[in-house]
Formats: sequence, structure tokens, C-alpha cells
Amino acid sequence: MNPAREPSDQELRDLYRAMLRIRLIEEEIAARYAEQEMRCPVHLSVGQEAAAVGACAALRPADQITSSHRCHGHYLAKGGDLRAMLAEIYGKAAGCCGGRGGSMHLFDPDAGVLASVPIVASSVPLAVGAALAFQQRAEDGVAVAFLGDGSLEEGVTHESLNFASRFHLPVVFFVENNFFSVYTPLDQRQPARPLAALAAAHGMPALEADGNDVLAVLKATKEAVADARAGAGPTLIVAETYRWREHCGPNYDNDLGYRTEDEFLAWKARDPVAAFAARLSELGAMTDTDSDAMAGAIGAEIDAAFGFAKAAPFPDGATAAERVYA
Amino acid sequence: MREPRVLTAAEAILEAQDQALAADPAVFLMGEGAADPKGIFGTTAGLVDKYGPARVMEMPVSENGFTGIAVGAALMGRRPVVIHQRVEFCLLAMEQLFGNAAKAHYVSDGRHRAPLVVRLVAGRGWGQGPQHGQVLENLFALVPGLKLVLPAGPADAKGMLLAAIADDNPVIFLEHRWVHYVSGEVPEAPLPAPLDGPRRILAGGDVTVVAASYMTLETRHAAAALAAEGVAVDLFDLRVARPLVTDAIQESVRRTGRLLVVDTGWKTFGLGAEIVARVTESCFADMAAPPRRVGLPDHPTPSSRALAEAYYPRAEHVAGAIGALVGLPDARVAAVHATLAAERRQVPLDIPHPSFKGPF
Repeated sequence: MNPAREPSDQELRDLYRAMLRIRLIEEEIAARYAEQEMRCPVHLSVGQEAAAVGACAALRPADQITSSHRCHGHYLAKGGDLRAMLAEIYGKAAGCCGGRGGSMHLFDPDAGVLASVPIVASSVPLAVGAALAFQQRAEDGVAVAFLGDGSLEEGVTHESLNFASRFHLPVVFFVENNFFSVYTPLDQRQPARPLAALAAAHGMPALEADGNDVLAVLKATKEAVADARAGAGPTLIVAETYRWREHCGPNYDNDLGYRTEDEFLAWKARDPVAAFAARLSELGAMTDTDSDAMAGAIGAEIDAAFGFAKAAPFPDGATAAERVYA
Repeated sequence: MREPRVLTAAEAILEAQDQALAADPAVFLMGEGAADPKGIFGTTAGLVDKYGPARVMEMPVSENGFTGIAVGAALMGRRPVVIHQRVEFCLLAMEQLFGNAAKAHYVSDGRHRAPLVVRLVAGRGWGQGPQHGQVLENLFALVPGLKLVLPAGPADAKGMLLAAIADDNPVIFLEHRWVHYVSGEVPEAPLPAPLDGPRRILAGGDVTVVAASYMTLETRHAAAALAAEGVAVDLFDLRVARPLVTDAIQESVRRTGRLLVVDTGWKTFGLGAEIVARVTESCFADMAAPPRRVGLPDHPTPSSRALAEAYYPRAEHVAGAIGALVGLPDARVAAVHATLAAERRQVPLDIPHPSFKGPF
């Protein structure tokens, strides 16, 4: 035990636990998907857990995040309710959207998950709007927009960056570059230039972090969030990471030929969860007993949550036309 | 006797925003030109001096971006009023309106609210042309979750804008540029006018006519000319196109057996098509004649006043359609048409009819 270490051993274990939990939840979704009871698209973020967890660990509960179609990890890392997430994916009334959104619309107002939107970059201005609300109310909240490399090709992202910079808004644009938009690689979609260089064009600082290193992500996000909270305006963070499974669905898809098996294996060897476990072990911050106990407790939580979601009642079909208007 | 308090619709819109800004600190305006010297045709004039640039926000030229930002702020409990000087500018923001604004309440199972107002100004006249002269009300009426409000005069412009700002839903407030010039009595108090559907503005038993936005004014003019020929029009100002409430129209059609719908858009797939379809579905057995529509022909808005003359239906065309519906003899229809056309020729066709200036 080394109480002087920053983050503390407990904080390190919490980061590991949060990543492992997301991994195990998404692997369980993948394992059960063939049952055909989760009848909505799922976009798994297996392999990208360090980005979600590192970024959200820098936030307070009242801070707001927005996400995309690949939102499970962000939602869980920010504290979104697991049972409400799984119930939503199963189309149940107890889902966070009451069965109206599915896997791509996860939100949890109590946890500061403002919205997830499955149109690329569509949720980016929502985060800027949340930051504007914080500024207008003279609150010290911060908004984080999670976006992918593809979002940097969308006009609305640049409109949002421009606006946030112009009005010095407390927002962090957190780009997870996983190098693919569906099956189309980054180099077919963008010129060869650093993604982080886009920040300068919008008059804001950029930070780069290894997206598979939860501590590097946490450090960068803490810096950006501190600036935002202090009124210094937005920051663009770029974190490189990698999507292990197919764009949409539970499987691996390297057989399609859009990426090489070697590339995939090289990233898999840099598994953010396993690498962090090894690091904590080296540091003496976590024993095998600790990690086994953690996995056991998470497994029990996941089993219970799936049990809840599967047993939960469907919404009454007669309510489908309700709540179009407030 | 007290003099009536007369404002133009543009002045009424300015007053509504002024009172809303004063009453609720969560209200703010966002628009390209909202804080500029001309103030969106005068409808935001002076507000930045009174409330400051943080509440009357001049916008970067980023329509989709600031619409999404407005939605995000609205989800957090703010009440933004987004303003576009032309309907076409808002086409860049349809993704945020149709996707995030329209669905926030539904997809969150009622937990999110998006109290957003989008003011759109539809251009007409002085050669506005293909991309400054579209109203596109049917496009904004298309998606459940949005409300669409079409004021036809100053009292409703003020009252319905106050109601729209107070509403917890995203409301498209579509202002026809020629309605801006209409003047009439407007109460000084900030009284919201309910967004509850059509209003009967003339009572008659011969024919039911539903008109929307600026065409309500042309239709009122036509109805006045027809009254002299003994034709009594039951005239509704549509006011709210979504949610669409047609109960009173159906009740009227059951009495008159005749229906005409007059809107500001293309006749094909227009509001008229939907209203005629809906009313016919329930009133077919009561109809004495096939329902009719007056709308724009199927081509873009031409700029030249020589070309635009044939493009825009006017009071005489509405009168012709009503006359045909009620079986007025051709000679009398022609006389009404000639009278209205002669009146209209007193001013160029590319500026508003002078009769729309006075209080009704």
C-alpha cells in the first residue's frame, strides 16, 4: 500500500474494475446475442474500454457526456444504470428509454449521460449545448462529447468546435480514433495529418493520449476538464484505440478482409484491460485474489442484471403512441 | 373610447420576445443577425442592448451546429429561441430538428424535454427566387414530435410566440415575410394564445375554407368579395399544422358539404392534401362536391416578377376556386375575379397587398 501514490491504489483498482466490468458486460452481450432476444443493433466497444473509463474518471456526477451508436462503454463508465441498459437492449419497459431507443440511444439523466445518438456527430452539438447551459447558469459543470474519427469528417463537428471556442464553453471533445468508420479505414477518408491538428484551426488546445492506457487518458482528460471548469474553454483530446469486434453485432469480422489479422492481433496484444491488470500487479496495487474477487462480483452483478432484463415485462403495445409531446 | 393598440406582426413578434426575455431568465435568442443593426427585419431590434449579447446571441454561420447546441441547452432546461432569416437556411439544420429535437421526449420515454422555438421567416416578393422564397411548411409538418405554428396576423404572432416559448416541446414558428407587414390590435399584456388548432374567423354556411399563414389574408379578401355575391364562407385560419386538429373543420364540412384548402406551399403533397384527405375520410358522405385545393404549381419559385405573377395564387384565384365549389355562375365568378384583380393591380404584385395593412 502506498498512500502517497496518485492515483491511489484504490483509485487504480477502481479504474481496472470499471474497465473489466464494461468488458465482461459486452462479452456477455456478445455471448447471448445469438439467442435473438436482444433484437436491436449492438455496437460493441470491446477493446476501447480505457478511453471511456479514463475520460469519465475525470468527471463529476453532475458533469454531462454525450455519445454515439457505440455508447455502452461511455454510459457505463459515467455511471449509467446497468439494469436499465440491458432492459433497453431487450426492448423492455424498464429500459432507460422504455424500449423506445434500443442500444444506440442509451441515456441516464441521473448519471449525467445526456444522450447517445446513432447519427455520426449528431450528439456533438448537444454536448456543446449542455456546456452553454452550464455557462449561462454560472455553474462549474463540464460536458464531454465522445466522438469517433468519422465524426471529424462531419460539418457539425467543426461547427461545434468553432462555437465552443468562440464562446469559451466548458466542453471537452474526446475523439476515440479507432481507425475505421464501419469497414472504411481512416486513410481512405481523411488526408494524412494529425487529427489533433484540427484543434489549432478552431483556436483550442489539443491533447493526445494513448487510448489503450487508462492512466494516460485520465491524465489528459483531467487537464482538459480542469481548464474547462476554470473557464479556459474547450480542448480537443485524441486517443487512438481499436475496435476488436465487428462494426455492428457480436462477432469478429476479420474474415471480411477490410483489415489484416496481423493488425488486429497487434492491437489485441495491447489489450487495455489485461495490460492494466499486469501494471497494477507490478505496482503491487492489485493481487490475483483482488482481481478474481472483482471478476466474481462483477459476474454476479451481470448475471443478476441479465436475469432482470430478460424477466422484465415488455412495454404495453398500446403505449407506443404516447409521449410524442410533453 | 380607448384607441385600439395597433402593431404590425413584426412588432408583435419583437414584443413577445422582449416580454419572454424579461419574464424568464432561461429564455435566450440565437440567430444569424439576431444582434445585428437590422435585427431580423426589426423583430429583434434593440433586444441585445436591453438584455446583452449572452441572451441575444449573434451566431456563427453554422445552422445545424447551433440548432443542435440549442437542443442540448434545451435538454438542460434552457429555453432557446433559434431564428433563421430564411426558411432555406434551416434546411441545413433538419438533421438536428428531425433527429434530436423531435425525438427527445419520445425516445427518453418522457424524461427529456426540448423546449425549443425555431423562428423561420419565409421570403416572398422583390425577386426572392428559388432559394429565398420557399415556405416548405409541409416539410416541417412532416415529423411527429415537432409542433408547427403558422401565424397569420399580429395578435396570433405575439400570442402564439409566447405560447411557443412557454411550450415544453420543440415548436417551429413559421413567419411569412408578408405577414410581418400586417397590422392589427395586439394586447400589451403577455398573453399566450393556445397552440390548440384552427380558429373560425368568418362564419358562413355555403362552403368551408381552411387557409394557412399569409394565404389566410388573401382568402379573407376573397371571402369579402364573395359575400357581396351572396356566398357565405365558413373560414378557418389553420394556425397550427402539427399537431393537426380538424374536428371543427369536419363539423363545418358536415354542414356545408364543401371544402377548400388554401396554403402557401406546393399543392402536391401540401398541407391541403393532408387536410383534404383527413376530412374526406370522415365526411365523404356529407360532401356535395369534390374538395379542392389552392397551392403553388410544381416548379421552383422564379425571381422575375413577370414569372412570379403566374406562380403565386392570389385572392382572385381563391375566389375562383370557391365560386366553382359552390356553383356560382361563371359570369359572377368572373366579375368577382375581375374586381379583385383590378384592386390588386393598384400595387405591384411583388409587394404585399395594401389592404393587409389595416386592422381587421
